[in-house]
Amino acid sequence: MMENRIKNAFEGQKAFIPFISAGDPDLESTEEFVLALEEAGADLIELGIPFSDPIADGTVIQRANLRALANGVTIEKIFETVKHVRTKTQIPLVFLTYLNPVFKYGYENFFEKCAQTGIDGVIIPDIPFEEQAEILEYSEKNGVHVISFLAPTSNDRIEKIAKNAKGFIYVASSMGVTGVRSEITTNLAEIIGRAKKVTKTPCAVGFGINTPEQVKEIEKFADGAIVGSAIVKIIEEYGKEATEHIAKYVKSMKNRG
Amino acid sequence: MSKGRFGIFGGQYIPETLMNEVIQLEELYEKYKKDEKFNAELDFLLKKYAGRPSLLYFAKNMTEDLGGARIYLKREDLNHTGSHKINNVLGQVLLAKYMGKTRIIAETGAGQHGVATATAAALLGLECEIFMGKEDTERQALNVYRMELLGAKVHAVTSGTMTLKDAVNEAMREWATRTEDTLYVLGSVMGPHPFPMIVRDFQSIISKEARAQILELESKLPKAVIACVGGGSNAIGAFYNFINDKEVRLIGAEAAGKGVDTELHAASMTKGTLGIFHGMKSYFCQDECGQIAPVYSISAGLDYPGVGPEHAFLKDSKRAEYVPVTDDEAVDAFEYLSRKEGIIPAIESAHAVAHTIKIAKEFDKNDNIIICLSGRGDKDVAAIARYRGRKIFE
Repeated sequence: MMENRIKNAFEGQKAFIPFISAGDPDLESTEEFVLALEEAGADLIELGIPFSDPIADGTVIQRANLRALANGVTIEKIFETVKHVRTKTQIPLVFLTYLNPVFKYGYENFFEKCAQTGIDGVIIPDIPFEEQAEILEYSEKNGVHVISFLAPTSNDRIEKIAKNAKGFIYVASSMGVTGVRSEITTNLAEIIGRAKKVTKTPCAVGFGINTPEQVKEIEKFADGAIVGSAIVKIIEEYGKEATEHIAKYVKSMKNRG
Repeated sequence: MSKGRFGIFGGQYIPETLMNEVIQLEELYEKYKKDEKFNAELDFLLKKYAGRPSLLYFAKNMTEDLGGARIYLKREDLNHTGSHKINNVLGQVLLAKYMGKTRIIAETGAGQHGVATATAAALLGLECEIFMGKEDTERQALNVYRMELLGAKVHAVTSGTMTLKDAVNEAMREWATRTEDTLYVLGSVMGPHPFPMIVRDFQSIISKEARAQILELESKLPKAVIACVGGGSNAIGAFYNFINDKEVRLIGAEAAGKGVDTELHAASMTKGTLGIFHGMKSYFCQDECGQIAPVYSISAGLDYPGVGPEHAFLKDSKRAEYVPVTDDEAVDAFEYLSRKEGIIPAIESAHAVAHTIKIAKEFDKNDNIIICLSGRGDKDVAAIARYRGRKIFE
């Protein structure tokens, strides 16, 4: 079994984690974007597998999902892309998707294929801690981490979730769904502080982050920052020509301004 | 395995943000369902406000015309707001109030659940926002105005297919954004646990009454209970207290739209496959990659790509049977019941009437069967007229 790469993203540094929706605008661009994101300073990349009804996502990422689906993107084709990308880079890669496409593909096949192609982790917003057992059997056997979430409403669940978390913990900065926000008011430091008392698994914060100032603020107490909608928006605007634009944006975020 | 299972179906497949909310909802529901004051208040509302018990009406003309079983209609259409939806919303909105919530949100398809929710919110003094697919706001424009008249804010949902599924997506997103003062009042026996249980409990009054009524009228149990199934709330309500009466056939009529061999249907039992969506494991209309299919039915209330997990379990355990009914059959039944009995059924309920017309003759003249007439059809009149080529607009 290949050693899981996720820990490399957090080694001796704060991780910058961009998200892109695989197949938006097409899979050739996805490959180009991954390499450009790494070049621009990304430490781990989240690749979205599109789903028709992404209930944890805001309108920007919903639209990206639908664009990818309209282009005929499937899990099978995304695995082909990942396989190809892996011949060029060893950057940690995790999927972000919803449970139904994975369930339909078959849990066993899916996680085997993740391991074979070089996917290090899977983020599935609609599988909370209580339901994870049905996939952990297959993910663990294949050395793929299932990333757990903490939310502003997690309260008494923080310790239980953090203790069992693998790879990294996705801390939702605020209530609601993904998407750009101007202000983040949740008491993130307290949530992460409680998690860190029971686990060494790094905590990365996502939902609504889009400025270098926010990244700076978050890195005071978190191990990484996740940025999705802001990047997807650039891809929405420039399509196949987005490479240099997202690279420029990620550089500015990575250098905190 | 997690809580809230019916066999392999059900569960709590929702984002972490909502987990403590559904856990708290379950705890407080369990507490208040045993609470004397809560039950007395709910009982009062059901009787003195909603008009329960609803009639079990002997459809004499229909019985004579079809020449089979004696047909009874459980008249949920006579409830305040015109459908069974009020049973559930009075329970859930009262629960929201006991939980200290000041705002409720809900999805709606045809607008029946939205109108019922807005009604209960107006009565009990809670703020109310309704999510409705943009396409449905156009199909059911009068219900949009009705909800606004009742003081609710209606959001026309423009994402995805702009129908009920997308209204649920949007309501879930909204709930994840604001839980502190807000309860999501789900309209059907679907979504994550504890909703399928709570909604079923509140709707089970249909079969509790119907069972006692039929025993009093006929001194025997019905041979069959027939109800339409979208998410499945009126059907589970009509079935529930008959589940242990093994000799009673339970039949759900789902929307076959233009036919189950076309792509234009919402028949998740006949054509759907096992999947996980909207918080539950159940049967869904979806493609081989697990993308949720756009569904179609003339009936906005049945135009949903999934079905409640308890129905999926009743199907798999063979305790209930589920049959497809097309738009054409439902419209014929809509007209049939109007002419035969002077009762205009909701186009949803007309699916159950249509199947009854097909099977009534299979029964003996001494047998009786019950149709759950889940709602009244006033809301559908203009759309059915257009279906028949008459250009009537609301």
